[in-house]
Amino acid sequence: MPGVALLVFREVLEAALIVSIVCAATRGVPRRGLFVTGGIGLGITGALLVALGADLIANLASGAGQNIFNAGVLLVAVAMIGWHVVWMSGHARELSQQMNAIGGAVSTGSSSLTLLLVVVALAVLREGSEIVLFLYGMAAGGIGAADLASGMALGVSGGALLGFALYFGLLRIPLRHFFSVTNGMLLLLASGLAATAAGFLVQSDWLPTWGSQLWNTSWLLSNGSLAGKTLGILIGYNATPEGMQIAFYMTTLILLLVSMRWQQRRVPVPVPAPAVRQVSLETAT
Amino acid sequence: MKHLLRIATPILLVLAGTATATELPEYTLVLKNHVYAPSELKVPAGTRFKIVVDNQDSTPEEFESSEFNREMVVLPNRSIVVYVGPLRAGTYRFFGDFHQDTAQGRLIVE
Repeated sequence: MPGVALLVFREVLEAALIVSIVCAATRGVPRRGLFVTGGIGLGITGALLVALGADLIANLASGAGQNIFNAGVLLVAVAMIGWHVVWMSGHARELSQQMNAIGGAVSTGSSSLTLLLVVVALAVLREGSEIVLFLYGMAAGGIGAADLASGMALGVSGGALLGFALYFGLLRIPLRHFFSVTNGMLLLLASGLAATAAGFLVQSDWLPTWGSQLWNTSWLLSNGSLAGKTLGILIGYNATPEGMQIAFYMTTLILLLVSMRWQQRRVPVPVPAPAVRQVSLETAT
Repeated sequence: MKHLLRIATPILLVLAGTATATELPEYTLVLKNHVYAPSELKVPAGTRFKIVVDNQDSTPEEFESSEFNREMVVLPNRSIVVYVGPLRAGTYRFFGDFHQDTAQGRLIVE
């Protein structure tokens, strides 16, 4: 069933892109495999629970529940990514030096593990709950188990494959620039997710529009195309944005940039052999 | 009492004004057998409006448009309200994400 494969592919891709960036950004963090797996597991469990409770969520806040829930999930992810980005901006160089010095393992703050666990779980939960509702509908509509399974397998592997491609592509970036690049990507990811959250709140009239269709670049790249959707996740691309979405995007971007600059000033750039001292501190606490 | 009225009247008038302002035009789309009825919806340009999507099927659907940026799940035998616009004149496609082969429609803004 091509319809099943296609929908599953699109949803998995959206989650996979986020998971890939997060995985790249936490390169060298000990036991991160465990946390990513845990995040995916939590996300799938959450997706099933959200799908089961969809009726309950939908009825909250006089019908706006679904949009508020989605916006809430996104904004929590934005906060977690933001925390990590700000922390990293003070430690990026130090981490690169550690990776060179002690062959891969780096000591990181708790924001890395939170990022892995929570952001991965939320990304999987959001896209996963849609897949669950869709598959439930397909099954109720009488689609065969073989069609369902093959569509699922095709969609999941296709989406995951592109996620891996992004991950391994990112790993090719020279170590010297690596964390600056992943930090920049996280920054744009967070800003885009904030804009998406604003869209959900506007669609339920919880926030004013502040002008819809401020511009239209559909002729160049439409929101519906694969490239448009991919850039939509990665940098928050939107062919026809609303004013409120731009306000959320810019507020997140500027707030994080200012905090990053502030953190860079606060944390002195470490000079000779900071890695060893940092590691011993981490293990001591 | 007179003073109270003098203060209360303008407040009440303002409240009444906002109440009428939020009463936006409303359009209903019925989903049955994974098909939108009507499949074409005519709406005025430059006006914010509401679309009620009434899903009469026994399976969930997602009302979606990448052209006017809306996306919301409608559970079986439930309805949702989606606020849209104000939009520029033109034709905008919408669809049901879970049944794209049949659930297709157009919003004609003029």
